[in-house]
Amino acid sequence: MNKMPKWADAVLIPLISILLAFFFSGLVIWAIGKDPVVAIKTMVQGAFGSTSGISYTLYYATNFIFTGLAVAVAYHARLFNIGGEGQAMLGGLGVTLVCLAVPWPHWTLALPAAMIGGALFGAAWAFIPAWLQAKRGSHIVITTIMFNYIGAALLGYLLTKVLKVPGSMLTESARFPEGAHLPNFSEILAPFGINFSPNAPANMAFFVALLCTFLFWILIWKTRLGYEIRAYGQSETAAKYAGINPSRIVIIAMLISGGLAGLMAINNVMGEAERLIDNAVEGAGFIGIAVALMGRNHPIGILLAALLFGFLYQGGAELSFWESIPRELVVVIQALVIMFTGALDNMVRMPLEKLFVALGKNKKKEA
Amino acid sequence: MSVQNEAGRQETVAPTASAPAIELRGISKAFGPVQANKDISISVAKGSIHGIIGENGAGKSTLMSILYGFYKADAGQIIINGQEVNISDSQEAIAAGIGMVFQHFKLVENFTVLENVILGAEDGGLLKPSLAKARKLLKQLSDEYELSVDPDALIEDLSVGHQQRVEILKALYRQADILILDEPTGVLTPAEADHLFRILEGLKKEGKTIIMITHKLREIMEITDTVSVMRRGEMTATVKTAETSPEELAELMVGRKVLLRVDKKPATPGAPVIEIENLEVVDEQGVRRVKGIDLTVHQGEILGICGVAGNGQTELLEVLGGYQTGTGKILMNGQEIDLSGKHSNGQTRRARGIAHVPEDRHDEGLILEFQAWENMVFGYHHAPEYQKNALLMDNAGIKAMTQTSMDKFDVRPPNPKLEAKSFSGGNQQKIVLAREIERNPDLLLVGQPTRGVDIGAIEFIHQQIVALRDEGKAILLVSVELDEIMSLSDRIVVMFDGQIMGERLPSETNEGELGLLMAGITDEEKAQ
Repeated sequence: MNKMPKWADAVLIPLISILLAFFFSGLVIWAIGKDPVVAIKTMVQGAFGSTSGISYTLYYATNFIFTGLAVAVAYHARLFNIGGEGQAMLGGLGVTLVCLAVPWPHWTLALPAAMIGGALFGAAWAFIPAWLQAKRGSHIVITTIMFNYIGAALLGYLLTKVLKVPGSMLTESARFPEGAHLPNFSEILAPFGINFSPNAPANMAFFVALLCTFLFWILIWKTRLGYEIRAYGQSETAAKYAGINPSRIVIIAMLISGGLAGLMAINNVMGEAERLIDNAVEGAGFIGIAVALMGRNHPIGILLAALLFGFLYQGGAELSFWESIPRELVVVIQALVIMFTGALDNMVRMPLEKLFVALGKNKKKEA
Repeated sequence: MSVQNEAGRQETVAPTASAPAIELRGISKAFGPVQANKDISISVAKGSIHGIIGENGAGKSTLMSILYGFYKADAGQIIINGQEVNISDSQEAIAAGIGMVFQHFKLVENFTVLENVILGAEDGGLLKPSLAKARKLLKQLSDEYELSVDPDALIEDLSVGHQQRVEILKALYRQADILILDEPTGVLTPAEADHLFRILEGLKKEGKTIIMITHKLREIMEITDTVSVMRRGEMTATVKTAETSPEELAELMVGRKVLLRVDKKPATPGAPVIEIENLEVVDEQGVRRVKGIDLTVHQGEILGICGVAGNGQTELLEVLGGYQTGTGKILMNGQEIDLSGKHSNGQTRRARGIAHVPEDRHDEGLILEFQAWENMVFGYHHAPEYQKNALLMDNAGIKAMTQTSMDKFDVRPPNPKLEAKSFSGGNQQKIVLAREIERNPDLLLVGQPTRGVDIGAIEFIHQQIVALRDEGKAILLVSVELDEIMSLSDRIVVMFDGQIMGERLPSETNEGELGLLMAGITDEEKAQ
């Protein structure tokens, strides 16, 4: 069969898609009377031009790695987990409860405990839709979406009624103890003599995200469970033939997915805000869908896609700050990237496939 | 029955001058390398019932899909009432007077009968006039053809037989003159099937032309005027029903090709390996698929189950393979196995020494997107020898094992890292067979081992199965290929309609006798 080489599928298509997205973004910027070249320069400068910018880019990317991996795990079992947002919110609650429970002496103790708390709460939030799907056939897309709203409402209630510091006007929890402070990049890199912006948010959680990316790869391609998840995702009838229990796979895959989404909270809640605030997740759960889609549910792809979206977030923020380009337009750019890399994948793929088939034929003729 | 046929034929043969209702000339259609239809030509006279018979995958459905505009033929002409037509979608097929009743009905479950009938054929923006018109027509049709259905009933509340009538009414409402029915009795009870045949007879008398696709010989003999036989994408014969016999049709269906006789010693059966008592299977739709079967397979014996596809063999294999629930009693090596509940699954079956080469290697036996080495442990991926440690699978070891198995079973190309979908049918089957046989099972279930497999691989696969028998293992073989059953089996059991019609020794029977049993005709009935 005539097919595209692997490198074209993995590298060329996303690259062309991104370029197309930027081209159209440029058109939009040009249409509102701004200079696209200046805009792109501002974005790149803002995201990579300073240690502070890099820190923000990595901070956002860390969030997206967690949620991207979460979506990808479920997707390998052909489950579309749209509930990353809610699961990450609940993860935040778990991390908060852990961090406030004890006066932690040092972050090395607080971090593993917070990771367990965040993952447990995220997984628990994913368990209910998973159970409903496995045992009752309720569609997981619907239930996970609904659980985002329930999660938001639950957190809103807890922040205003339960976790709020008495006497404070802010709907946020108490500040975490000093011992629960995760070192940021400035603190991590100082011993190596590297100066990094001290007030920027990237922190230890980035390395946890990298570790999770590696563990994700092990899980999916090296373990029995990953094998069963992929088998179920490819063919439910074949899975049944092999004696793989479908309900079990649905539930376990969703628990891992929810757990990964919940782990995000060690970055945004523990690492950055150091307290639980309202809307701490800021849509990262949804961006995770685009990240997984663009990264082809492969850890390396997810890592790269998360970095791209980290750049878009940080660069976009700079754009609206310096160039008086409205914040909404930044969302337009992000949407274009999602659209071209995810939804319009075939638009690039089909002509490219034809091109490769034609090239292959020519080669045969020559030979 | 014969009188009716006589009368019907006189009507249809007489007006030879007029053009046939439908004529196909040289229709060909290929899907990739698979030639689904090869140069097919038929001609069906007006006011007759024409049967198209053939095994699964013979290309019947493809041909009808071309006629109804779902597929575009690569070559050939469609001529309706003497005029060549170009049918590129179902709307054009309907305009040409063709109506189709699919095997799987295309009805809106939560609409009423009337709403379904007018769906897509409304006269205007408002539904009321169309509904009134349909109600009138339905009344008229139900009086004429025994096509009675409550026009206001919801589809989901109707029985399968009634739903089928709605499909026929839909076609008639669209003024179809040519009615195509795809496996119409597949889901019907015998009484419902008889009723359907009365309806078809009535329609025929009104001058409608009917094409019926089926694999049931008995129906062909009962209702059709002429019959075409399809085999592997080709139209092998078209005959008048009155001038043929079930035996001849069975032979045409199965093919006259040289029997692939396998060199094998006489069986030396030992102790029973699996004993099945009064097995019943009811599928998800509530249809009784297996109706009280008793079977025993011994060591060193190949028990062949033949039958036309869809007569309960699939469900039998699924129950034994652990992924269909059943009731009754099954003893494996003398110990009872669970037929439902949480201990009834593929894993526990394998642990008891039951290996399974499933009928459908694409949807069950293999994960097409997985590489060969991943498929080589599919179902056995929990086995200790495939684990590196408590957490990780021994992927390198599995690849090495796969390489060995691929060489031994002559899988080509012998590349463990190739995705299963990249192998040919025969080589895919060899991968499945290698996986199951290399586990050294006590009982091997084999379903359609050579379906879609090239001749060279067939011989090899047959040899492997016989070799396993000679090692003293029990083998339960299910196949719709009669010659395969004849040449491999030590004992033959014929299944029809979820029941066992009879048991024969291959040396004491012939394809004609088996063909009749497969069609549900026992010796007593034939004598009548």
